[in-house]
Amino acid sequence: MTKVTMTVNGKARSAEVPDNTLLVDYIRENLRLTGTHVGCDTSQCGACVVHVNGQAVKACTMLAASAEGAEVTTIEGVAASKDDLHPMQVAFKENHGLQCGFCTPGMIMTATDMVSRYKEAGKTLDEHAIREELEGNICRCTGYHNIVKAIADGASKMA
Amino acid sequence: MTDQGIGARVLRKEDKRFITGKGKYTDDIVQPNQAYAAFVRSPHAHANVKSIDTSAAEAMDGVEAVLNGHQLTGDGIGNIICGWGITSKDGSPMNMGAWSALATDKVRYVGDAVAVVIADSKAQAQAAAEAVMVDYEILPATSNVLASMKEGAPQIHENAPGNLIFDWEIGNKDETDAALASAHHTTTMEITNNRLSPNPMEPRSAVATFDESEDHYTLYTTSQNPHVARLVLSAFYNVAPEHKLRVIAPDVGGGFGAKIYIYPEEIVCLWASMKTNRSVKWTSTRSEAFLTDAHGRDHVSTATMGFDADNNIVGFKINTKANLGAYMSLFSSSVPTYLYATLLSGQYNIANVYCDVQTYYTNTVPVDAYRGAGRPEAAYLIERMMETAARELGVDPGELRRQNFVREFPHQTPVIMAYDSGDFAGNLDQAKAAADVAGFSARKEEAARRGKLRGLGYSNYIEACGIAPSAAVGSLGAGVGLWESAEVRVNPVGTIEILTGSHSHGQGHETTFAQLVSERFDLPTDNIQIVHGDTDKVQFGMGTYGSRSGAVGMSAISKALDKVEAKVKKIAAHVLEASEDDIVIEGGEVKVKGTDKAMGWHEVGLSAYTAHNLPEGMEPGLKEGAFYDPTNFTFPAGCYICEVEVDPQTGVTEIVQFTASDDFGTIINPMIVEGQVHGGIAQGIGQAMLEHAVYDDDGQLLSGSYMDYCMPRADDVPNYTVSHHSTTCPGNPLGMKGCGEAGAIGSPPAVINAITDAIGNNNLSMPATPSRVWAALQQVSAAQAAE
Repeated sequence: MTKVTMTVNGKARSAEVPDNTLLVDYIRENLRLTGTHVGCDTSQCGACVVHVNGQAVKACTMLAASAEGAEVTTIEGVAASKDDLHPMQVAFKENHGLQCGFCTPGMIMTATDMVSRYKEAGKTLDEHAIREELEGNICRCTGYHNIVKAIADGASKMA
Repeated sequence: MTDQGIGARVLRKEDKRFITGKGKYTDDIVQPNQAYAAFVRSPHAHANVKSIDTSAAEAMDGVEAVLNGHQLTGDGIGNIICGWGITSKDGSPMNMGAWSALATDKVRYVGDAVAVVIADSKAQAQAAAEAVMVDYEILPATSNVLASMKEGAPQIHENAPGNLIFDWEIGNKDETDAALASAHHTTTMEITNNRLSPNPMEPRSAVATFDESEDHYTLYTTSQNPHVARLVLSAFYNVAPEHKLRVIAPDVGGGFGAKIYIYPEEIVCLWASMKTNRSVKWTSTRSEAFLTDAHGRDHVSTATMGFDADNNIVGFKINTKANLGAYMSLFSSSVPTYLYATLLSGQYNIANVYCDVQTYYTNTVPVDAYRGAGRPEAAYLIERMMETAARELGVDPGELRRQNFVREFPHQTPVIMAYDSGDFAGNLDQAKAAADVAGFSARKEEAARRGKLRGLGYSNYIEACGIAPSAAVGSLGAGVGLWESAEVRVNPVGTIEILTGSHSHGQGHETTFAQLVSERFDLPTDNIQIVHGDTDKVQFGMGTYGSRSGAVGMSAISKALDKVEAKVKKIAAHVLEASEDDIVIEGGEVKVKGTDKAMGWHEVGLSAYTAHNLPEGMEPGLKEGAFYDPTNFTFPAGCYICEVEVDPQTGVTEIVQFTASDDFGTIINPMIVEGQVHGGIAQGIGQAMLEHAVYDDDGQLLSGSYMDYCMPRADDVPNYTVSHHSTTCPGNPLGMKGCGEAGAIGSPPAVINAITDAIGNNNLSMPATPSRVWAALQQVSAAQAAE
């Protein structure tokens, strides 16, 4: 067993977990934050994307112990307050960027990360770039058309 | 009038919980005292099970029980069945092989479960499952129909000699043969429809709870049809009587057909919960999903189409061999028969059609309905044939289609279906204009200057949805009726609950069904709640598949709304002392036309429940139910045009434009319909260019993860140009045809027709990967060099 301590969505959290506990299992099973999903077992689908110290990470590919001391943000924590929505969340709704909703949290976490990275680097996040950046996130419902639109719209709203 | 009625682009009510991470999927459910199941699965495609040693596993930490198939069948749990009986040409019934949820003496595909471990944690269950020692006697295996049908092939089920399940036919053989014999031109092709894995993003999951004090079971499961699951689990698998079993399908993360069926894991979790007196949870890994979710397609066909001297089609003859896997899944038999061959007349007026279909067992996971279910196979066959015939005849492929279109309705085809409506030329014209087909040759020249090969391909698909009149499908072998039910509850404060037997797993029913009510009673959709997916709340329902929730599910709601409307008018007429015929419902009020006399909508609700002043003899309350049985199939149709550029150096194909013109009849919410088409086209492009579920000759699955099975990603697909040219469906009260599968049905032939046009070689199979396209280009170069 290992003691892990991290800040999740702004709250200090701590628990004793088996050494091999994945970050995603810690988030889902220990913290009961079930918005982070598991869609595969090969780090391909991106349903489990969270932010660790401000960077998008596939939570199925990281041990909880490796996030010791980290600031973790999940889909439940992206909005400024519990009555608010993040502009990217709004954009997904307004552009019908989701259907079954299973990949959506990972898509939104990936989207906000790519927008911040491009902004920081002063690069343009055009449609081609969005599609390339989504390489690690699979959606089976939308055909990506409206996800790409939503991210472009969300990016402009985050500006 | 409310602006949230039929035809409005209303944003989805259900989105809030999904975008905030508050959706409740089955794996998110936690029950008190929950244990975890891990399955011991066969690593062999075909083997006798000689013994199972569970002693080491049983001794491990946290292990509650290790259970096997002999215990399961010993407790009277029934075999898994196929619910659609097919009769062979010679009158004999199909050869359904026994399928136990846990194999007893023999395993028949890699992933076939032989035992289950129930333990305190998922990790303990998995570790113990690996410690179960199974002694297998490995048998030779077959993994495709061509191997299964060979003489001397391994025999998979004793009651299916030669692995043949059935040999079925439809249409007029002698007339079709005669028409082809006298044809001026015939086109013959061998066409393979590649095997696919459905891959909804949420893996299957089940949480079963046995309550000993009530002898009652609750099952949370990833189902497209929880009532059908309860019926089958009770009536056939003897897990529990229906009134002692509650099935809940909460938020379900995509289905695409794969979540129609009742799988071994659901049966075993329920049974194991009773055996251990604990809640039992199982969630599939993606690797398990590839091994055990029913696959789709996998047809090998030969087809000949004949034309007269004026290029009119005179006959169409098809032979299809279909792989149904190791066992017959729930609707597996209907897919390569009544959902496939009945659409082989396409959009065309063909006097003579004949198709015969042989289905075989193989040592692979069962094959059943996947988005489109039989209709994609039919559309691919016909539309590849039409494009090829046009090339052989030297005529424009769009015009060859146009000349053969069915133009008068109703139109009786030679293969059962009676098309009720459509304007196929209208869809063709709309798609051609949107795709700027007139400008194609200039674009092709421009691409050539950049060293790219540009091609254009059509697909004029027709499919059948809203399945279907219960008596009709019953006469064709279905074990169920395919009606739908609904209940409308108007509360005393005037808010409304709609209980529906349809199930939403991405389709947005909570929004579109509310729009239907909003349209009828002029109320905001916020006042309307849709209830689905729980057998304790909704009395019965047939679920969602085959694009039936609009044409059938909403028709049932519409019927129930008729009854509510009639009662509301009676109450208002009585209270307002007017004639029922003069009562109108609008703007949140129930009014007497042409007067200022009115009641608030909520006042009518309250009147119904206080019952202080109701018409003589009227029962209190405001709640009505309806069952709707369709009068016919519905026939969505359309024209898809795909334009590609191929890099001849690498064989890499880029879809540069994809244009759709669909006829779905009445559209409730264009935003949601367009989303359905986008997703369907992406799956069709996936089939055409990327996806292939591949077994080696020994029955080992080679494409068992997202590293090996190529799912369409954002940079594999284009933006889609989607438009509608609709005719109203005369068969249901709303005029709806269905939109859920069309994209997946119509797109594969458009893509392959475009690529083969670009490369000048028609010899190309799906998926058209860069290596296959490059190889096809080399054939062209070699042929040119030889000339």
